[in-house]
Amino acid sequence: MTSGPPTPDGTARGSGQGPAPPPEEGSGAIEALLAAKEIAVVCGPGGVGKTTVAAAAAAMAAWHQGGRVLVITVDPARRLASALGLPAAGDEPEQVPRSAFRAAGAAPQGELWAAMVDTKRSWDRMVTRHAPDRATAQRVLTNPLYQDIAGRFVQSHDYIAIERLYELHSEGAYDLIVVDTPPSRNAMDFLLAPERVADFFASRLLRFLTVPYRSRLVDVASRPFYYVADRVLGTQFLQDIAEFFILFQTMSEGFVRRAQEVGRLLTDRRTTFVVVTTLGPGPVREAETFMSMLPSRGLHLGALVLNRVLPGYLLADGLQERAEALCDRAGELAEALCQASAPLAGRDPSQVERVLCEVGVNFNNVGVVARREANQRADLARPPRLSVSVPELEDDVHDLAGVLELGRYIWAARGAPLQ
Amino acid sequence: MTAPRLLDRKLIFVTGKGGVGKTAVAAALAQLGATQGKRVLVCELDAKGDLASSFEAGPTSFEPRLVAPNLWAMSMDTEASLRQYLALQLKLPRGQYVAPLARMLDFVASAAPGVREIVTVGKLCWEVRERHYDLVVVDAVASGHIIGQLAAPQAINRLVRVGPIRSETGWVLDILSDPATTGVLAVATAEEMPVTETIELVGRLAKETTVGLAGVVVNRVLPELFGNREEEIFEALGEPEATAALSAELGGPAGPLLEAARLMVRTRRARAAHLERLRAFLGPSVPVLYVPYLFLRSYGLRATRQVAAAIAAEMES
Repeated sequence: MTSGPPTPDGTARGSGQGPAPPPEEGSGAIEALLAAKEIAVVCGPGGVGKTTVAAAAAAMAAWHQGGRVLVITVDPARRLASALGLPAAGDEPEQVPRSAFRAAGAAPQGELWAAMVDTKRSWDRMVTRHAPDRATAQRVLTNPLYQDIAGRFVQSHDYIAIERLYELHSEGAYDLIVVDTPPSRNAMDFLLAPERVADFFASRLLRFLTVPYRSRLVDVASRPFYYVADRVLGTQFLQDIAEFFILFQTMSEGFVRRAQEVGRLLTDRRTTFVVVTTLGPGPVREAETFMSMLPSRGLHLGALVLNRVLPGYLLADGLQERAEALCDRAGELAEALCQASAPLAGRDPSQVERVLCEVGVNFNNVGVVARREANQRADLARPPRLSVSVPELEDDVHDLAGVLELGRYIWAARGAPLQ
Repeated sequence: MTAPRLLDRKLIFVTGKGGVGKTAVAAALAQLGATQGKRVLVCELDAKGDLASSFEAGPTSFEPRLVAPNLWAMSMDTEASLRQYLALQLKLPRGQYVAPLARMLDFVASAAPGVREIVTVGKLCWEVRERHYDLVVVDAVASGHIIGQLAAPQAINRLVRVGPIRSETGWVLDILSDPATTGVLAVATAEEMPVTETIELVGRLAKETTVGLAGVVVNRVLPELFGNREEEIFEALGEPEATAALSAELGGPAGPLLEAARLMVRTRRARAAHLERLRAFLGPSVPVLYVPYLFLRSYGLRATRQVAAAIAAEMES
């Protein structure tokens, strides 16, 4: 068995037989970036392929760099788990079998591990850890409000993903951890999550809420608040909430300290952020805001991955004119081909004409999009020095071979890593 | 009994996986309703500003703004919504306290399950109840989040035993539960994850909420380039001899032109399987509207109008 890359074969999915150059491998910039880091956080707008990019980066690192590489994903459909050959993967990391790599024609130097974040279990674990005693933990875990709240407040999904990252990182069992961030409404939510947890517990309002019912009546400052809160929420509900948060407050010290530590881990030099986006106007706008936010929060932007980009050959000189000619001269070209070219001999020229015209129209259609994408890319206000393009693959990634094919594009990109 | 037609409803929540074009479809639907003479309100829930760019009409805010004839646009703001609720429903004095109180309540809402959601959904239902508009189109949150929003009245009923907010859920639930009034329009693209998420959404919608599914929009459908016989001809053109002859006629390589067509044919074929899975799951009773991929230089009003035209054509067929 060879440990080298599979020979790019002309019929591979994605690049096809056409002029799109198969990516070369080795000594790419993302390779250098990941070699120097312990954590890579893959983030960006929804629906751009973060999960697959995270898996691809981790799989390539395990293949080429060795060591133990862990990918933490939040893929709700578990599609990635089954692509990695781990249909049962759960909260605890599991190793991707070497046989899956062998089946994909790769001999990995290291190990690839994967874990799926289970929000509810992570919350339960946090409660158990931070509660002053077992009895309090039990009271929180069995509180009816807890079930609803654990899934909702302070962007718990976002926070849980980072919390789990912190936990697994501090175990020290992995050389590199790649995190796929959850599909938030907003990419920024993820970054703000630790701060929000800290703010939540420090808030005056939480203290108001948890003041025992009787003593609130004498607290002049909080009286108007209770007046309205009672009228909107009802006294009983307010009391239920208060009781729950009184319990919760006993854990605040642990929670806040942990949130601060988690926040520090994100700003650490050993952590890099990889922003993924497609070249649609909405996603690009969101990705740009996100990239501009990173440095102001002390976070290190490592690379930008432009996913599902149309192939560059569509922009070559002269093609647009030839496509026009194909439409304008379709009839004449069809006649000539049917007479002179063996593969088309005996075909109906009018059908050939339609096909030629269709090819021309299609090229112009796709060309419009390719040019729009090129402009969008040129307009990136602050493109990181390390930007990688991954083409639109023709089929979804559903096995490790597919993950590695995408990985080849990421790995091959050149340029200097930012941080 | 026949299902109500899409635009005959009063309240439509447009949702779908991130990145499938929810906002474009919501904007187009609103535009279509307005051109049919309805007074339409379109509301963006996540305040990303994409809705405003669909109409090229400047930023939206909580106060609805006329962006086209018959068409008003707004973006949801829970704090402002809460303030309006306090003033309107509870007849609270609009004194100096209202703003800080609303902020405080916004905090309560962030902690108390269902409160923020009921304030959002309640505002939309209120617009319907007061008949301020003939149609309210909601550019809603992504499919992962919308269930919590639409099930908010039930969550409130489960957790709150007495009090004003509980009594408020009654009429909200009535509006949400009436299939002739309210419906969810799920947007998908013919790709694996969007289809999977749509299937999950439809299941959870039936199980966890009282809101009906009004239909599914399959967005960005790629064109079919060739029929059967034509595909054979296209294959023949790809043979080196034919490609060389074509290149000679055109005075330059024709390979990339053929490759671009091949890319389209293959991608469309890969997506057809996902589309089939979706159709098979939905069955014949759910209306499915197909919106073609738009090969446009930019998005904006032009794209909104084209999507609206495509939806209109699909609704007639």
